[in-house]
Amino acid sequence: MDSEILIEARGLSRRYGPQLAVEDLSLTLRKGEVLGLLGPNGAGKSTTMKMLTGTLAPSAGSVTIKGVSMAEDPKAAKQALGYLPEQPPVYGELTVDEYLDFAAGLHGLRGKARADAVVSAKADCGLEAVGGRLIANLSKGYQQRVGLAQAIIHRPPVIILDEPTVGLDPIQIREIRSLIAALGRNHSVILSSHILPEIQAVCSRVMIIARGRAVYDQPVSATAGDGFDAVEVGLKRPPADSALTAIAGISGLRRLDAHRFELQCQRGEDPREALAAAAAAQDWGLFELHARSRTLEDIFVSLTSSDSPRMAA
Amino acid sequence: MNTLTIARAELRRIFLSPLAWAVLAVLQLLLGFVFVNVLFEFITNPYPGEQFGAADVVAGQVFGFATILVLLIMPLMTMRLFAEERKSGTLTLLLSAPVSLVEIVLGKFLGVLGFIGALLALLALMPLSLLHATNLDLGRIAAGLLGLALLMSAFAAAGLFVSSLTREPTIAAVGSFGLLLLVWLINILSFNDSIPFGEVFSYLSLIDHYENLRRGVFDTADVVYYLLFTALFLGLTVQRLDLERQ
Repeated sequence: MDSEILIEARGLSRRYGPQLAVEDLSLTLRKGEVLGLLGPNGAGKSTTMKMLTGTLAPSAGSVTIKGVSMAEDPKAAKQALGYLPEQPPVYGELTVDEYLDFAAGLHGLRGKARADAVVSAKADCGLEAVGGRLIANLSKGYQQRVGLAQAIIHRPPVIILDEPTVGLDPIQIREIRSLIAALGRNHSVILSSHILPEIQAVCSRVMIIARGRAVYDQPVSATAGDGFDAVEVGLKRPPADSALTAIAGISGLRRLDAHRFELQCQRGEDPREALAAAAAAQDWGLFELHARSRTLEDIFVSLTSSDSPRMAA
Repeated sequence: MNTLTIARAELRRIFLSPLAWAVLAVLQLLLGFVFVNVLFEFITNPYPGEQFGAADVVAGQVFGFATILVLLIMPLMTMRLFAEERKSGTLTLLLSAPVSLVEIVLGKFLGVLGFIGALLALLALMPLSLLHATNLDLGRIAAGLLGLALLMSAFAAAGLFVSSLTREPTIAAVGSFGLLLLVWLINILSFNDSIPFGEVFSYLSLIDHYENLRRGVFDTADVVYYLLFTALFLGLTVQRLDLERQ
């Protein structure tokens, strides 16, 4: 965890008139991390990203990119960033080559470096075949790729992507995801989404934002393989509830339907073996038995649906 | 350097749109019609006593008519500059890039100046086509063109500002047309003796300063007026974009 800090945001708040869109949000991105910002629609993900990229000034708080303050030296700070907003900022009347050439020029690339940047960004985003085509005539998926190519054209250490897979078909989503995963090997990425599997598929760390606050900030690995707290069991001839809760390690029971139960486990206990043995001995007709780990989805739902507490850590 | 990058892209996009070509074509047609008309009038009925030359009559009248046309077309040329970029989300590209707001605004303005240059070149060809037929007062024509260039940059700066206020290009066009016409007509106030400081309104009017240049009188004050007008609105545009971030 001691690698270089690329983005450091402290106490970011943003008001739109009386409405508080983001409140006291802090965030750090280290080299080599892919951070997923997860949150329901309207939670403040886009606003946070706009503040990180300097297109929106925070009402309070500060952003530093690679140690450079966004407020004091925006040019130097922005040079280290690549940003793909929700709507790809592409000019439909330009060809892909013209557009990327302009984007490279905007980031201070000149001459041969500029031409090379266009070629390598196109190669990375699978755009070689469409270089001469007008962006307006490309599909949404390709426009998204052009937007991505624009974000990485100057090889920034940090790439910020706002809902990069919105509006794409499943195949395009897979392509963009693998592209992001590939980018994550050489760049640090912040990515926002309200799609859980997407975050799990490409991110190394996840931050959940709800109502403008960060309510969860953990590595993705923390949500997987970390034991389980419930067991789902299906019995053809279920016994009385008390017979089930009597088994060692089980603390609670919830009926899912006539034959299936969710059994809460005591911390650290694995009642599956005892359960199977009891079912076999007493002929309950066991047909299903599996552990239910606490998934990112459970965490997400519990944190975003209720009046959740502030992030503890 | 960033400014030039933006200006080049802007100019390219202006000329990629059919609007620029349509505007130039219609303008050329109308001005050509007026030019030929004025020319025949001059040939058949030259002013007595040789007080006026071809340059005075032809260039003066054609350029005078051109001012009305550019008042109509400049709002159309400037309406897209920021409004459309905001609507399509491309403004973010500029705002998140390592360029300053001043560079963005100047870049866009220079892009429009490129269009203005093309328009003036086309316009200048008409009186200059008389060069081998008669003695033209080139200084007079140059003053008229300079006046038009200054007038159009002032229009462009005001249009750029109005375009930065909205996300609808059409509203930007209507708004900047209204603004320009208002500043143009403000000298009406000076005709009414009951209004105090009538002289001031007359001085502020966009068109009065052009009259001198059209007549071939080069006065630094007129040139400075247009430059200040342009700078004022470019400055306001930068302020407006900065405010948008807050």
